[in-house]
Amino acid sequence: MAAITIDHLHKRYGDTVAVDDVSFAVECGEIFGVLGPNGAGKTTTVECVEGLRQPDRGTVRVLGLDPHRHRDELRQRVGVQLQDSELPDKLTVAEAMDLYRSFYRAPADTTTLLERLGLMDSRRTRYKKLSGGQKQRLSIALALIGQPEVAVLDELSTGLDPTARRESWAIVEDLRDQGITVLLVTHFMEEAERLCDRVALIDAGRVVAVGNPASLTEQLGGGQRIRFRASAPFADRLLLDLPDVDQVTRRGDLVTATGTGDVAAHVTGALAAVGVVPHQLQVDRTSLEDVFVTLTGRPHRATCSQGANTSESHP
Amino acid sequence: MNPTLDLTPTGAPSPFKRLAVVEAKLLLREPIPLFWGIAFPMLLLGVMGAFSGGPDPELGGLRLVAVYEPILVAFVTATFALQGLPTVLAGYRERGILRRLDTTPVGVHRVLAAQLTVNLAVAMTATVGIILVGRVAFGVALPGQPAGFLVAVLLAAAAMLALGLLIAALAPNGRVAGAAGSILFFPMMFFAGLWVPQATMPSALRHFSHFTPLGAAVQSLQDSMGGHWPHSSDLATLAVYTTVFAIAATRFFRWD
Repeated sequence: MAAITIDHLHKRYGDTVAVDDVSFAVECGEIFGVLGPNGAGKTTTVECVEGLRQPDRGTVRVLGLDPHRHRDELRQRVGVQLQDSELPDKLTVAEAMDLYRSFYRAPADTTTLLERLGLMDSRRTRYKKLSGGQKQRLSIALALIGQPEVAVLDELSTGLDPTARRESWAIVEDLRDQGITVLLVTHFMEEAERLCDRVALIDAGRVVAVGNPASLTEQLGGGQRIRFRASAPFADRLLLDLPDVDQVTRRGDLVTATGTGDVAAHVTGALAAVGVVPHQLQVDRTSLEDVFVTLTGRPHRATCSQGANTSESHP
Repeated sequence: MNPTLDLTPTGAPSPFKRLAVVEAKLLLREPIPLFWGIAFPMLLLGVMGAFSGGPDPELGGLRLVAVYEPILVAFVTATFALQGLPTVLAGYRERGILRRLDTTPVGVHRVLAAQLTVNLAVAMTATVGIILVGRVAFGVALPGQPAGFLVAVLLAAAAMLALGLLIAALAPNGRVAGAAGSILFFPMMFFAGLWVPQATMPSALRHFSHFTPLGAAVQSLQDSMGGHWPHSSDLATLAVYTTVFAIAATRFFRWD
């Protein structure tokens, strides 16, 4: 059964089309990633799921209910962690938990939740004094205090240092183990590859691909990419004749060969046979990043770096 | 909605009570607003009491401290309503606190209600404090028309809180809201008689002050302290301001 279905969603703000045509379904119990550069329409899409915005066209169903018409019921069953949402500076962790706990008809146990999120020692600490990672974990704790069936996490790890980011990933994996459906919004390809059972790649308000991160990269004909500097000249043909190699490119003395299957083993073998040593040898798997570039014709990271003027928050 | 799903544990405080308690605690953790809203008016009352002579014909036959009691009641109400409330609410909106609450079952309207309740409660407590200290320390008579006094206090608070909500609705952030509250506070307190009591104002100015919210408030409080039912024109002035501010605040309030 699908926990969330989005069907031909369209939403505009004035003349700006934020979401043009988005459809996907999130199955119960999976971690589903909504992935794309800033300004792609990810946040608007999940805001329609959260019932914070009403679609201009299309339908959204969460646990079979309309987020607007069944607002009260869904607020009991969907936990939301918003991007850039704070708490009053002088509110302590324990006070925030007790307050939010009182909103739900079947809340979780505060102590268990704080222990799981590593906040037990900070429970008397005021919000203002918490570190970035602690604030983020508190935000997740508040999203989970109502024992939701669906958790929506928006830009979970933005602004966190690498350690805190890995901690937040462990928390999300923990949610899957408990059978909670997770809708994860992110612009980190690596985060999506690591956590998500399936992802929807969104660009300019449209879904460009939906699927399992591994199968999306496989569909691309990818698999492996091998890069090296050759100790002696050789003809491209040497490698292109190998059964697994699809493409060979050179930039100066840097050679890149891509293909499916066991590219690295075949390439190194062929080079050894003609006495060429591959220096600075590097083997990568093709990533979601490559999928994104192939499908949109643009590098994903370059779009990200324009961040400031393509922000997704709307008045 | 669905009675079978109502599993609220019996005896647990309602979300509204929790919110009100939390908002009250947060308010009590802010020393500066508490100083201006409570300690400072009490200090003024002490100064007025200390320098008060006998009944003064220029002050309508009242003692200076008796003239200032209603002015200070207006002062505390306006401080919490115009500076405390909008600063907190606009700050909550600016920082996404209202948005986060909007994703929970509590409903943002309860947050507004909790804020209004807490600010009203603190202003009323300070009002009682002013009346009691005035009576015990300086022998000022308790309000001669208590029902009229209560009506006047509540209407004055309603007008100020509605204006506070309007400021919170229009200000883009907490800092602007605080500044706007202060800018409105001082001229309104002028017409309330903080610097020149109404009785000693030139007649045109006094006449005009009755059409300002705090001018009308102080006049009604003064009348009811003296044992009279407040003038209906003053109560009507307060009611009209309350209605206009409340409608405008409802019209312009944004949650994010």
